[in-house]
Amino acid sequence: MGFAQSYDVVVIGAGHAGCEAAVATAKMGLRTLLLTLSLDNVGLMPCNPSIGGAAKGQLVREIDALGGVMGIGVDQNYIQIRMLNTSKGPAVHALRAQVDKIAYMRWMKRLLEATPNLDLKQGVATKILTQGERVVGVRLKTEIDIAAQAVIVATGTYLRGLVHYGLVHYSSGPQGQHPSVELAHSLLELGFELQRFKTGTPPRIHGDTVNYSKTTEMPGEELRRGFSFRAPLPQRRQVSCWLTWTTQETHEIIRRNLDKAPMYTGEITGIGPRYCPSLEAKVYEFPDKPSHQIFIEPEGLDTREMYLAGFSTSLPEDIQIEMIRTVPGLENVKIMRPGYAIEYDALNPLDLKPNLETKAIRGLFCAGQINGTSGYEEAAAQGLMAGINAALMIKGAEPLVLKRSQAYIGVLIDDLVTKGTREPYRLLTAKAEYRLLLRQDNADLRLTELGHQIGLISDTEYAAFLRKKESIDKLLAKLRAETIQPSPAVNEKLAGFGQAPLQRAVSAEVFLRRPEINLSLLSEFVELETEEIDPEVAEQVELQVKYSGYIERQQEQVERFLKLEAKKIPPDLQYESLHGLSSEAREKLARVRPESLGQAARISGVSPADINYLAIILEQRRRGKA
Amino acid sequence: MKIRFDHDTIAAISTPLGEGGLAVIRVSGDDAVAVVDRVFAPGGKVKPGFLGSVASHTVHYGYIHNRQGERVDEVLVTVMLAPRTFTREDTVEISCHGGIVSAQRVLEAVLGAGARLAEPGEFTKRAFLNGRIDLAQAEAVIDLIRAKTEASQAVALTNLRGGLSERVRRIREAIVEVLTYLEASIDFPEDEIPPLEQDLDQLLTWARSEVAALIETARTGRIYREGLATVILGRPNVGKSSLLNALLGEERAIVTQIPGTTRDILEEQINLRGLPLRIIDTAGIRATTDEVERIGVTRSIEAIERADIILFLVDYSSGLTPEDWEVAATLPVGRTILVANKADLPSGSGFGDLVERFGEPVLISAKEHTGLDELKDRILEKASVIKVDRTETVLVTNLRHLEALRQACESLENAHQAFVGGMPADLITIDLHAAVAYLGEITGDTASADVIDRIFANFCIGK
Repeated sequence: MGFAQSYDVVVIGAGHAGCEAAVATAKMGLRTLLLTLSLDNVGLMPCNPSIGGAAKGQLVREIDALGGVMGIGVDQNYIQIRMLNTSKGPAVHALRAQVDKIAYMRWMKRLLEATPNLDLKQGVATKILTQGERVVGVRLKTEIDIAAQAVIVATGTYLRGLVHYGLVHYSSGPQGQHPSVELAHSLLELGFELQRFKTGTPPRIHGDTVNYSKTTEMPGEELRRGFSFRAPLPQRRQVSCWLTWTTQETHEIIRRNLDKAPMYTGEITGIGPRYCPSLEAKVYEFPDKPSHQIFIEPEGLDTREMYLAGFSTSLPEDIQIEMIRTVPGLENVKIMRPGYAIEYDALNPLDLKPNLETKAIRGLFCAGQINGTSGYEEAAAQGLMAGINAALMIKGAEPLVLKRSQAYIGVLIDDLVTKGTREPYRLLTAKAEYRLLLRQDNADLRLTELGHQIGLISDTEYAAFLRKKESIDKLLAKLRAETIQPSPAVNEKLAGFGQAPLQRAVSAEVFLRRPEINLSLLSEFVELETEEIDPEVAEQVELQVKYSGYIERQQEQVERFLKLEAKKIPPDLQYESLHGLSSEAREKLARVRPESLGQAARISGVSPADINYLAIILEQRRRGKA
Repeated sequence: MKIRFDHDTIAAISTPLGEGGLAVIRVSGDDAVAVVDRVFAPGGKVKPGFLGSVASHTVHYGYIHNRQGERVDEVLVTVMLAPRTFTREDTVEISCHGGIVSAQRVLEAVLGAGARLAEPGEFTKRAFLNGRIDLAQAEAVIDLIRAKTEASQAVALTNLRGGLSERVRRIREAIVEVLTYLEASIDFPEDEIPPLEQDLDQLLTWARSEVAALIETARTGRIYREGLATVILGRPNVGKSSLLNALLGEERAIVTQIPGTTRDILEEQINLRGLPLRIIDTAGIRATTDEVERIGVTRSIEAIERADIILFLVDYSSGLTPEDWEVAATLPVGRTILVANKADLPSGSGFGDLVERFGEPVLISAKEHTGLDELKDRILEKASVIKVDRTETVLVTNLRHLEALRQACESLENAHQAFVGGMPADLITIDLHAAVAYLGEITGDTASADVIDRIFANFCIGK
């Protein structure tokens, strides 16, 4: 093969996964080419104009803590920001922002252009080039071959994309983009199993045609901290979202036209996400629900285009307008882009290793929706990890695999490569076993050290992080050292909260565990120099002290979990010959090829007896070799 | 089912079950010494930390007590520190009196102190993994584990008797329902999650009391298996042995006399209309000299503590003596039946205050075999008062199930406390998930996927 050009890494696709991957490899010192179908759509949000929320907000904080770019991008381009779930406990606080889509894309493009070692280029990849079981480059539609030591495929929903508007369907990527057809064939030729998924998006309407007086305004909040730990949140002008409801009339129109809904006519065979159903699915599955909420969300500051969250539909365009106009406030609305459904190819993520490299082809990494996930945040998280791991592979270093006890990113990727997915995968906090440890507020404490080690967190950023960490440790130590006496002043205060008086002297730490007591209150009785304490340090210390009982319990569970994770399974283990395993376990283990006993134990159909048996086999092998 | 594969401390009865002279409970793991130390009183005196201070491979005499502080058995404890042990971990072996009863009770005490019940073949597995057994034995170990695990799983499934799994499922179901609601409201904060129909406070109270009721049936089950511990007490020569013989004479003795190796108490089992009675006759205490009698009194007090029912025997013909009053003062009112022997003779001085405390005496003549039916009625009546309900099905007979229920109960208690204490949802879910997992260990159901599937099935989710 004659190569026209040569890079260390080629990233195919400049969506949320591709951008993170390319910036990571470039920052880690590798010459990187980022290919996009259109330079005008770098960092496109083809669906909702928002980032974050439950579990997703945690993901973005983690991406930032490791040195990824999405957090800063959102902080620079948000048009509304809120902290959700504040009443449901520290583990599940969820930051969510509405983002100016156009501004975000411009910002991302500028960032990519300004990144050393990174070339951003418009081009269509049609073939993954391999030699034996190794990737060697990609071929472009222009029949140019580009050499690479690692290729990261981040093609989103473009692989053999097929859009549906009612019974009309045609080959297309999202939002009128080109689909990627040849690349799907290239992956099939390489022996990958492709599955067909479906997703959808609601219509966009003209904001000036909405009667807002019939809707409920949902304003943003003023927050100090956005998604990034590395810079304060710029205080920007915020705009509101608006809430309205579907009516019985809307539902009646849907019921009347179900024969034109490709989901119900059998036109669509791809499997859609349960957490993101179309309006017709909601009406069909929950017929007793009298109405469904619809959020009107601005797509940006420089446009009047509005996104209708909750109104995802693939009914024909004329029916869509009829439906929308039955919704209070939307009686005279004009549609700017109709809603549609899109079917696309996704890999079976069981074909991936935990570092997101394919098992079959060395140097070929995959990230984002092609791996069967949905969501910008899930995509970005995988892109970052694929980029990091491609770079580490080229450098001959050990892969970076985050554990389930370490990050939501770890939960996400472990779920994918261990359990696979038969529907578009969305991360939920309920999927994390150690939710209390994986809080959005401590993502930096969990991951920034790692980010610095691999070179994505700069020395300056790291120094700032260490200062914060040190302040936390110092304050914790002080709380342990200081004593609160059962003085009349203290007990009067406690009585004011209806609490039992202090019987004997306790440490300030123990005192802080009492409900209603916080650091500023504590500082009335102990010299804490609270004026100088950063509110985030205070927050961290209060959380760690107040929930210490629960945190310690989860940490004990983590220790047990880690013991099983530490039992490595050699990659060449032949499960077929292990007759002590149940046949289901044998089959599944051979498919997943888990890297540790812990991972093996998470595969459904693998029983405790199978794990015990495997443990014995591993020990036998170890001694056989010794 | 949870997979366990770590170095936590495990315990099991390691001698064959049966009526051997001695039984051995083996405890292995990092905390083996500390765990046994919590329940062991060397020479009968509580000395925290004692076992931690002794040399490896030494034997110590003393008592095991349970979490209520009651003496369970008199034992010899052998402390063996790693690596010169079967598992190559710290190991403590407790030799107790033979028979299932003593061994089970000692095991229960050890489990209560922080060990967990060993999986089938787990000691052998650890021995192998820690390099103790050589390679040639590996295959045998595999077979053993495979066979034992499968057998125990099969047994576990068939063991779910009389609707235990039904009841456990119902409780688990209710908790999963709550979790579905809580998790949905956490993961989909902007979706419309209808309010929980049941009051969480009530539901947790209900779930906990249901689990507690199942644990209670284990106690009932134990009584059915081991017999209702029934002690005959009374001053010398009041006719204790005659009463025992009279009861035995009419009922078929199903187990022969078991003389304890160090205690001179006779135990006999009889079947009282379907309810097994383990009659403990303190007549076995030979009261020939004052010195021995004092020991006898001490032992009788121990017997009272262990008894489910006490037959307090007095002499109808001679009336009450100061000794009777002395004994009466030590007896718990709820569990005592006043029995007046020698009712074939003329009455003595009456029973005064005792009738107020213990109710009307049952008049019997052990010699003439009269009044025995009335006595049996009273025993059965008493048994039902202390909740040995013969109509209620005994559901929990398996120690593994009992442990899971106890853990579930504790988790539910924690969740309830957290809720009452105003803790947020994300913390309450931690204990609820734990409770669901423990209950699932009994029924073989797994949890987390359940909750997520149900969120989508129950609630209309999605923007």
